Amino acid sequence: MSADAGPNAAGLARDARVERVVLLGLSLPALALVTVTMILPVGWLFWLSFLADDGSLSLVHYQRLVEQPSYARIFRTTFEVSALATLICIVLGYPLAYVLSQLPPRVAGVAMIGVLMPFWTSILVRTYAWLVLLQRRGLINTWGMELGLWDEPLALVHDLNGTLIGMVHIMLPFLVLPVYGSMRAIDRDYLKAAANLGAGPARAFRLVFFPLSLPGLMAGAIIVFILCLGFYVTPAVLGGGKVIMVANRIANDIEIFFNWGAASALGVVLLVLTMLVLWAASRLLRLDRILGGHGT
Amino acid sequence: MSWLDKPASETQIAHRARLWLYALAALVMAFLVLPTIIVIPMSFSASQYLEFPPREWSLRWYANYFGSTAWMQATATSLKAGLLTMLVATPLGTMAAYGLFVSRLGWARWVMPVLLTPIIVPVILVGIGAFYAYVRLKLVNTLLGVVLAHSMLAVPLVVMVVTSALKSYDMNQEMVARSLGASRPRAFLLVTLPQIRFAVVTSAVLSFLTSFDEVVVAMFVSGGDNSTLTRNMFNALRDQIDPTIAAISTVMIAVSSALILLSQLPGKGRR
Repeated sequence: MSADAGPNAAGLARDARVERVVLLGLSLPALALVTVTMILPVGWLFWLSFLADDGSLSLVHYQRLVEQPSYARIFRTTFEVSALATLICIVLGYPLAYVLSQLPPRVAGVAMIGVLMPFWTSILVRTYAWLVLLQRRGLINTWGMELGLWDEPLALVHDLNGTLIGMVHIMLPFLVLPVYGSMRAIDRDYLKAAANLGAGPARAFRLVFFPLSLPGLMAGAIIVFILCLGFYVTPAVLGGGKVIMVANRIANDIEIFFNWGAASALGVVLLVLTMLVLWAASRLLRLDRILGGHGT
Repeated sequence: MSWLDKPASETQIAHRARLWLYALAALVMAFLVLPTIIVIPMSFSASQYLEFPPREWSLRWYANYFGSTAWMQATATSLKAGLLTMLVATPLGTMAAYGLFVSRLGWARWVMPVLLTPIIVPVILVGIGAFYAYVRLKLVNTLLGVVLAHSMLAVPLVVMVVTSALKSYDMNQEMVARSLGASRPRAFLLVTLPQIRFAVVTSAVLSFLTSFDEVVVAMFVSGGDNSTLTRNMFNALRDQIDPTIAAISTVMIAVSSALILLSQLPGKGRR
């Protein structure tokens, strides 16, 4: 090391450090936006949930959540609906992703447009479409009766059925995409090897293909489940007041009862439950993979 | 030997043995696509009751929509909010993605998850939180309030799309430009940006659609003269099934699909 490399190196290091800070500063506007419009307000709600009506610190809102059976029912409904919707998504989405993953890439690309189309159509538009299809005088009932499949209009909407159908329709692409991605990445030679070693198609699928597709399936199922927990629009429109999920109750508490404390407490519990599910999932598989592999 | 008997995959299963699988996949595809599409012909029905296929065609629901000042005002609000959200979220998200990607400081690891939280936090909580804050900031029922909230929802999408583009981009190209004397901003604008432009355009379209299609936050923070289209549609849906909604839905599908198609053009032949 020559004598004058010292100050030079120190200067360069300082410059590099300054530049890194400046570069990090580029993220400040976005960070400020998210902080001001989301993190601070949600933090505020968190604080509100611990205030009684007279402004003193208390756990009264949480106490109510525990004591009133109606809240327990809402949480049970939310979990049941989310779990059912996730399960149906898996049952419908896995075979679809499987078939798509074996199509030639060009054909699969065209079919993918169908899977992705719901992504760029408003949730509201799709919910409305189901309302039109499923109502008493809707298409399904009209066709079913014209074909003589049933005589009386079936109640397909304004209840759990309608809500589930609508939610599955909205969530299905979120399951199909990660599953499709993980299936495409599977090295087909493994399957040839399995066949060579005497495994029949079913056995090769069960012992080789399915385990390899599992990370994608888990990631998709967790995304679907978490997003389902916070659903508001679909149960509100297709549930007909019979399916009240946590988000619907929060909106009611604000719009009808102006009860910020109760709504905040519910919201905090919903957020904590969502985080818990994510945390549990991240212990099972790497979290950054769920979020699209953008961890550093 | 017909194609049915040929092996369908590496495991040597014949097509014939899994026709049920193809049928199931086709049904699921139909389930995904048809309900949305079926709204389009129904919006051209003359009947008060939505029927398919319509017995008589008419444009009365479109006349209803385009003739209503309330619907037109809401449409204008939604378009404005979408455009402004795009103009706010795209540069903010791109800057953040670039900054976090090239800055190797340990902080970057903490900033990224924070920017992505709007995806995970239930949107109802975002909605009432924004409402609570906006009451104090006097932003309720203003366009600015809607745009800020929607931009916050769009930023994580922009960050994700641009970050993944940067990951597949060779940063050495920017180093070359800088070693030839370009400043960092200049190198970014002239060398890096043109190469990630497809991701930037995609995220701009996603930002627009995030705002244009958003219901829950708009329900709480928009209103009066600045009600968004989705807010009014949602309120109309809760009351009765007005076929005008079918016409509006068709217009929304057209707007979204056109944007997606346009955003695919610059990427043609490059992917």
